[in-house]
Amino acid sequence: MERTTLDLWVGIFIAAGIGAILLLALKVGNMSSFNGSNTYQIYAYFDNIGGLKQRAPIKSAGVVVGRVAAIALDPKQYKARVTFNLDRQYQFSKDSTASILTSGLLGEQYIGIETGAEDAMLKPGDTLAFTQSAVVLEKLIGQFIFNKAGSGNHN
Amino acid sequence: MLEHLDRLIRKTGHAGIDAIWRLGYAGKFMFLTLIGSGTSFRRFHLTIREIYFTGVRSLIIIVVSGLFVGMVLGLQGYETLQRYGASSSLGVMVALALVRELGPVVAALLFASRAGSAITAEIGLMKATEQLSAMEMMAVDPISRVVAPRFWSGVISMPLLAAIFNTMGIFGGYLIGVVLIGVDEGSFWSQMQAGVDLRYDIMNGVIKSFVFGIAVTAIAVFEGYDSPPTAEGVSSATTRTVVTSSLSVLILDFVLTSFMFRGA
Repeated sequence: MERTTLDLWVGIFIAAGIGAILLLALKVGNMSSFNGSNTYQIYAYFDNIGGLKQRAPIKSAGVVVGRVAAIALDPKQYKARVTFNLDRQYQFSKDSTASILTSGLLGEQYIGIETGAEDAMLKPGDTLAFTQSAVVLEKLIGQFIFNKAGSGNHN
Repeated sequence: MLEHLDRLIRKTGHAGIDAIWRLGYAGKFMFLTLIGSGTSFRRFHLTIREIYFTGVRSLIIIVVSGLFVGMVLGLQGYETLQRYGASSSLGVMVALALVRELGPVVAALLFASRAGSAITAEIGLMKATEQLSAMEMMAVDPISRVVAPRFWSGVISMPLLAAIFNTMGIFGGYLIGVVLIGVDEGSFWSQMQAGVDLRYDIMNGVIKSFVFGIAVTAIAVFEGYDSPPTAEGVSSATTRTVVTSSLSVLILDFVLTSFMFRGA
C-alpha cells in the first residue's frame, strides 16, 4: 500500500475537523460547567425566587462558584427549596447568606453568597439558614405608592 | 362507483403493505451493513477513499455557506439586539444559534444534497450496470465492499463538517459584528465563552450532527441499493434520497432538541 495525494487530503480534512471541534471547545465554550463529581450540594429555602432558573450561576464576590441544580416547592412551609451545586474548592461558613440578585436592570437572576463570621464550614447536604428573596418589582412599586399616599394625607 | 371505491381501497392497502415491506427490508439491509462493516475498518483505505469523496469534496460548500450563515446571523442579530441595548451579547447569540441548531442542521442538509445524492446515484448506477451482481459472482459481498465504506465515511465526515461549519459561522459573525459594525471585541468573545457550555451546548451539537450523519448516509446507501436498475429508477432514487433525508434531519432535529434543551 502506498501513500496517495487522496490520503493527504483526507488527513487535512480530519485534522481541520478535529481542530474545529477543539477550537469550539476551548475558545467558544467554557470548560467549567460544575456538573462533574467535583461539586457538593447544599440547600436553601427562599420565600420567593422570582425568575430564578435551573443552572443559574451562583456567585461569590462576582466569581462563579457553582450552579443551581434544582428548584422545588416545599409542600409544608410553602417556600421554594433551591439546591446549590457548589465547586468543592470553595468553602463557605455555616452562617453564610444567600440572596437572589439580578445582573443589570433586565438581566438574568443569579444567587450571591456572602460568607459569614463563623469558623465552622458548610458540609454537603447542609441547609443555609440566612436567605434573602428576590425583589419583586410590583411589590416595591406598590409599597412606594402606598407610602406616598400615606404621607400625603398627613400634610 | 363501487368499482372505483374498490380500486381505491386496493391501492391504499397495496401502498401500505409496500411501505411496511420496504421498512423491514431497510432494517435487514442496515443490519447486514453493520455486520459487514468489518471490512471497512480492516481495509481502511476503502473508507479513506470514500471520506475523500463525501467529506473533502463537501468542504468548499460547507466553508462558504458557514461563513455566509454566520455573517447573516451577525447582521440580523445585531439589528435585533441593539434595540435592547444588548449588542455586546452578539457573540453568544451567534455561537449558540450555530452550535445548537444551525450548524448541525444546515450542514446535514447540505451534506444530504451534496454527498447523499452522489452516494445514491453511484450505488444505483453500479446496480444498473450489474457491477454489484458481478461482485457477487466473484464471491465479494457488495454490502461490505461498496455499501459499508460509504456508510462509515458519512458517519465520520458529518460531525467534522458540522464543526467546520460552526467555526466558519462564528468567524463570519465575528467579521460582521466586530470588524464591520464595531461591537466590542472583548465582550464579543467573553460573553460567548460565558454563555456557551461545553457539555450542554457543544457536546449536544456534536451528538446531533453524528445522528444526522447516520440518518443521511443510511438513507442514501439504502435508496441506492434499492433503486430499480434503470435510468429512471436511479434518478427517482436520487430525488427520494434528498427529500427523505432532509425531512428526517428536520424531524430528528425536533426530537433531539426536545430531549436536549427542555428550557429548564
